[in-house]
Amino acid sequence: MNLLNIMKISYRSLGRNKLRSFLTMLGIIIGVAAVIAMLAIGQGASNAVKQQIAGLGTNMLIVFPFASTQGGVHYQAGSTSRLKESDVEAIRDQCPAVEYVTPITRVVTQIIAGTENWRTNVFGAYPNYEHIRNWPVSSGSYFTSQDERDAAKVCLVGQTVAKNLFGEGSVPIGATIQIRNLPFKIIGVLTSKGQNANGDDQDDIVIAPFSTVQKKLQGTIYAGAIFASAISSAAVPVASEEITQLLRDRHQLRPWDPNDFTVRTQTEIASTADATTKTMTLLLASIAGISLIVGGIGIMNIMLVSVTERTREIGIRMAVGARGGDVLTQFLIEALTLSFAGGLIGIVLGVLTSEFVSNLQRWPIVISPESIGLAFTFAAMIGIFFGWYPARKAANLNPIEALRYE
Amino acid sequence: MAGSIISVKHLVKIYKMGDFEVHALRGINLDIEPREFVAIMGASGSGKSTFMNILGCLDVPTSGEYFLDGVEVGKLDRDELAGLRNLKLGFVFQAFNLLPRTTALENVELPLLYSSKLNSVQRREKAMEALNAVGLAERAQHYSNQLSGGQQQRVAIARSLVNDPVMILADEPTGNLDTRTSVEVMEIFQNLNGRGITVVLVTHEMDIAQFAERNVVFKDGRINKIVKVEDRKIASDELPKIPVLADELES
Repeated sequence: MNLLNIMKISYRSLGRNKLRSFLTMLGIIIGVAAVIAMLAIGQGASNAVKQQIAGLGTNMLIVFPFASTQGGVHYQAGSTSRLKESDVEAIRDQCPAVEYVTPITRVVTQIIAGTENWRTNVFGAYPNYEHIRNWPVSSGSYFTSQDERDAAKVCLVGQTVAKNLFGEGSVPIGATIQIRNLPFKIIGVLTSKGQNANGDDQDDIVIAPFSTVQKKLQGTIYAGAIFASAISSAAVPVASEEITQLLRDRHQLRPWDPNDFTVRTQTEIASTADATTKTMTLLLASIAGISLIVGGIGIMNIMLVSVTERTREIGIRMAVGARGGDVLTQFLIEALTLSFAGGLIGIVLGVLTSEFVSNLQRWPIVISPESIGLAFTFAAMIGIFFGWYPARKAANLNPIEALRYE
Repeated sequence: MAGSIISVKHLVKIYKMGDFEVHALRGINLDIEPREFVAIMGASGSGKSTFMNILGCLDVPTSGEYFLDGVEVGKLDRDELAGLRNLKLGFVFQAFNLLPRTTALENVELPLLYSSKLNSVQRREKAMEALNAVGLAERAQHYSNQLSGGQQQRVAIARSLVNDPVMILADEPTGNLDTRTSVEVMEIFQNLNGRGITVVLVTHEMDIAQFAERNVVFKDGRINKIVKVEDRKIASDELPKIPVLADELES
């Protein structure tokens, strides 16, 4: 048997029925395109979420004071904070898995610059906040440890604050803003971080030295939260454990007492978000996969009809010397060609669709070679699987009966 | 017989239809010599088509022996039978059986696609040669549905001889053709026979059988009689005697 000849026979017979061949392929084309587009959209969403989470600061841990109970009354979480700056110092000195640590305090207040005013979050933190949150300035510089010690009235502003107080594209380094009637000098503008996973604008922020905010704006000895970063992402759970033990000791909790704080890590948040997008991708891909199978059944349907319709042709071929294997190969190649060509066209269409959705909906897409390979392999396997039965049927025809078939 | 191209001994074919047994052939003995031109005759149901199918290696006998060019056919499997059909036999059918939406040339090339190691240029040459032999070279690129019945049958004959078979089997080849075209087809068979190809023809028409050298008459699954044709008709002599319909209409 000469495979090349059989292929020639297959292509001739597909060419004789161009419209039917195309319509048969359409099922596979749509199936493959759908799988690729759905995976691209799903993976794009997943990546976007991962990037946002990474944007919060890598290896980051947050210690929140827990809801405390006084006389049987539960207070809101964080309302009676027991985290102190001395806790921060202890973490810094006694937790080897922790690289940076800073107390955080927050004031929501009106800030004024000339005739403009804006309501925003004023955060107090150590200068190492830059490393913990992985958040450098786009111009100017961070405040220093000296500023922290002096409780200097200097601050950094986020892009949103800069825009609203000083106009689009302004770089208000050296300008002065009033925060609760105290003048603060702007020494830096933060880079843009965009929205966080909750849709909040992270650039709507002012950051000042912790001591300044605590003493001059709040007048409290407690910190609202503690931000820390582990020495590596692998060390995050260790850091979490160390912090928990240390704070329990420092807060003199007995073994049966619950924690009066909670340590949250970015890994936890990330894995939740990741699981969500994975579920979504899986859902989309399985819907697309079903359409691919429907396309395969379409191929089988047409091939079966084609075997019946071409019974006489098969009889003629057998009479002039085609073996069962030749006929089997011919029909299998026809089915495979349909699914391969359909697969290739589907890939092009899928990529175009993904790009189109991405442009239209501003959705970040990721077209991975894996998804293309997966869709194409699946299409080829469907060709073999659904082409086999009709091909087998054709090969097993009795030549005498096939020749007599009307 | 040693020198026979076909040697059939005690050939029996029984079809099982549920509980019934249909005895299509009840013990056939026949030898056909190389270069012979034999016509097999008989009424419907006499077993001649069954016999043709077995001769054509499309079917195997229930019992008995069949030697084709020295090969015992009864012992071969499906694929070996296919190989034999491809290399040693050429078929011509009553219904022409050309592939639809396919050119005359591609139809003739068909047997070569299943066997030979020829490249496409050689294959084309060989197919053109065969079309030439039946006088249809100028129609090579016509699709089968663009050809008349007689032309289609000539393409079918070209297809049957493209692989240089030892024998051509023709099953009622003139059944769908008018008188003049039938004789034209018989002329081609006589020419091929003259070139040394054995021709076995099934027909129920007496005057067609007169073009053969020997008539084998079947009845009820047995050979009723074997007649040597006296006064054999030669197609090239007969043709001028048959009026051309179109000429008559014009004059």
